[in-house]
Amino acid sequence: MSQILIKQGQLIDPANNINRIADVYISEGKVVSVTDEPAGFTPTTVIDASNKIICPGFIDLSTRLREPGQSRKATFKSEAIAAASAGITTMCLQPDTNPVIDTPAVAELIKELAEKAQYPQIYPIAALTRKLEGTELSSMLSLKQAGCIAVGNAQQAVKNLLILRRAMEYAASHDLLVMFRPNDYWLGNNGCAHEGTFATRYGLPSIPEEAETIALAQCLELVELTGCRMHFGQLSCKRSVIKIFQAKKYGLNVSADVAIHQLHLTQDDMIPFDSSYHVLPPFRTEDDKQYLRQGLASGTVNSICSDHQPHDVDAKLGAFPETEAGVSSLETLLPLMLRLVDQGEITLEQGISALSENPARVLHINSGALTVGFSADVCVFDRELTWQVNAQNWKSQGVNTPFWGQDFKGRVTHTIQAGKLIYSLAD
Amino acid sequence: MTENIQLNSKGKLKHFLSIEGLNKTLLTEILDIAESFIGMNDQQIKKVPLLRGKTIVNLFFENSTRTRTTFELAAKRLSADVLSMSIATSSTSKGESLLDTIRNLEAMFVDMFVVRHGISGAAHFIAQHTSPHISVINAGDGQHAHPTQAMLDMFTIRQFKQDFSNLRVAIIGDILHSRVARSQIQALNILGAAEVRVLAPKTLLPSHVESLGVNVSHDLTSGLKDIDVIIMLRLQKERMTSALLPSESEYFKCFGLTEAKLKIAKPDAIVMHPGPINRGVEIDSKVADGPQSVILKQVSNGIAIRMAIMAMAMQKQGAAE
Repeated sequence: MSQILIKQGQLIDPANNINRIADVYISEGKVVSVTDEPAGFTPTTVIDASNKIICPGFIDLSTRLREPGQSRKATFKSEAIAAASAGITTMCLQPDTNPVIDTPAVAELIKELAEKAQYPQIYPIAALTRKLEGTELSSMLSLKQAGCIAVGNAQQAVKNLLILRRAMEYAASHDLLVMFRPNDYWLGNNGCAHEGTFATRYGLPSIPEEAETIALAQCLELVELTGCRMHFGQLSCKRSVIKIFQAKKYGLNVSADVAIHQLHLTQDDMIPFDSSYHVLPPFRTEDDKQYLRQGLASGTVNSICSDHQPHDVDAKLGAFPETEAGVSSLETLLPLMLRLVDQGEITLEQGISALSENPARVLHINSGALTVGFSADVCVFDRELTWQVNAQNWKSQGVNTPFWGQDFKGRVTHTIQAGKLIYSLAD
Repeated sequence: MTENIQLNSKGKLKHFLSIEGLNKTLLTEILDIAESFIGMNDQQIKKVPLLRGKTIVNLFFENSTRTRTTFELAAKRLSADVLSMSIATSSTSKGESLLDTIRNLEAMFVDMFVVRHGISGAAHFIAQHTSPHISVINAGDGQHAHPTQAMLDMFTIRQFKQDFSNLRVAIIGDILHSRVARSQIQALNILGAAEVRVLAPKTLLPSHVESLGVNVSHDLTSGLKDIDVIIMLRLQKERMTSALLPSESEYFKCFGLTEAKLKIAKPDAIVMHPGPINRGVEIDSKVADGPQSVILKQVSNGIAIRMAIMAMAMQKQGAAE
């Protein structure tokens, strides 16, 4: 029987209001104590966490591991290692695989792939509409029974509001969470950059923020109509934050997240025609970034996701509009969160909450906290350890990141998932 | 540009991709060198041996007659060997990537690519990934830039107006989709024009267009006041089907340049158009063929400008060897 003792770390567990030096005792996959040593506890592994921080393992609300169908970009195996090295213990997979996660068989396949990669806590998000085409409902209940944690339409817009209404009603009937990136197909106009000074200068097809805010406003109305539980993912602009704030104040059952890179980069940071900055939604303005940061600090936006999208080299090799969008972002998640803390935007507790406690609440899972009896998902990190994003340190198969070559502060040293040590830096 | 890949370590032209990032001295040098080639047009033997033994490939992923022909003539007058390839987009969609096309041609010992492509950034991409000894000239990429067209326009303006510093220039039409307009605006601002004004309905203007360094007007009548140079842009037919404009006739009524409207501008204003012209859509025939039109002059100047740019880009190459 494996027992792990994590000794003398700064335990930050926002869900339980804990921030003190403590030992964490893990036995049979569960947290058994964060105070005194339980009787008869004989650890098989002891982790010295002095001068380090112990916190709940991170829960990523939007990830792509590219299997099935696109293993040239990444595999469960490659990305499970990357996630573990980033302190992530739970991942929600977007349904835009090939085939799409719209049948129980694909959901089963994903579970198998996760087991094989020895990274069991992967929750597929089922397609909201069949093949993500926005025309027919997927078999949501069967997909839920096959282990899908929510339904969503990935990057695809649902063009027809009647179909979106029915999908939300059907999801609500089965108490299914809808995870949705608001995105109006027509206003998006196949753009690849924010409709602003950068796109204008470089003649790039552009996406106005209204493609997001108008779709969001419509969805909020439909939440009221359908009673659906809705989580808005990867928000990118100021007025989205304001709308979520107003909707919550009004009493709607909604939540929201932001992709970590949106909290750091804007159109002004983009290097012309550098495809590593090609991301959807696009990097917007400084004002948008500031509002997203404030939204996070105030709790309006309660979670941070990686929106990890690993790509093969060819996918990013071309003229900017023709390249594929997305950033490989698991491994920069923690250091970029810590950068926000260093910049005084949020507290460390808030940052950890946004990566653990809050996403667990969104998903209605008993996780994201080191509560006695909970599955032992733990991240131990060194706040001061510096490292560089380079081939030597990088684990993901996708090297598509605008942060390549940059130095970061803060690095995970140990990751425990369901009581099993799945990563330690020394290895 | 954070890093200007157009220039070599000595600040000399290596690629010509965009006006952005080039300074007034360099733009003026291009105009001056083009000036020296202009005289050649009247000579019996229209050739200089500057690029003898060099191989230039015109790589046109988009249809073009005028630009391709003037590039071809320019290369021939510099005594280079020229190969013109029209690569319909359908053949690249057969699976061969842009990079593979370039690699294949590189393997045939090419010295320069002249590239036209329908996607913004294509010329930059090729310049970044091609062998270091190869120069890339952008002959138009998507909606981004068409810097040789802009330079031949600057050359034409200088021919008629000498100094840029007192000039007010109006660019009229589809700014949103125009790579020509973007490059012209940059060139005019670098060369120190007093004002660049864009005249178009809102549907044909990019967002934040003022950030390019222009004044904006949606009314041709008031917008043409005090203007020294009028640049008309071509209006593509598909702008009507994509709901950007209601009809050609309504567009002509608002933004078409007629003799009456031309009178609002300064009496010695010149009228330019990058071609091909849509008579009766953006410009009246009487204006296009009238005394103030310098449209055909632009075409002739296109050869000299392209000779100058090709010679300059290759010159750095010779020095590096």
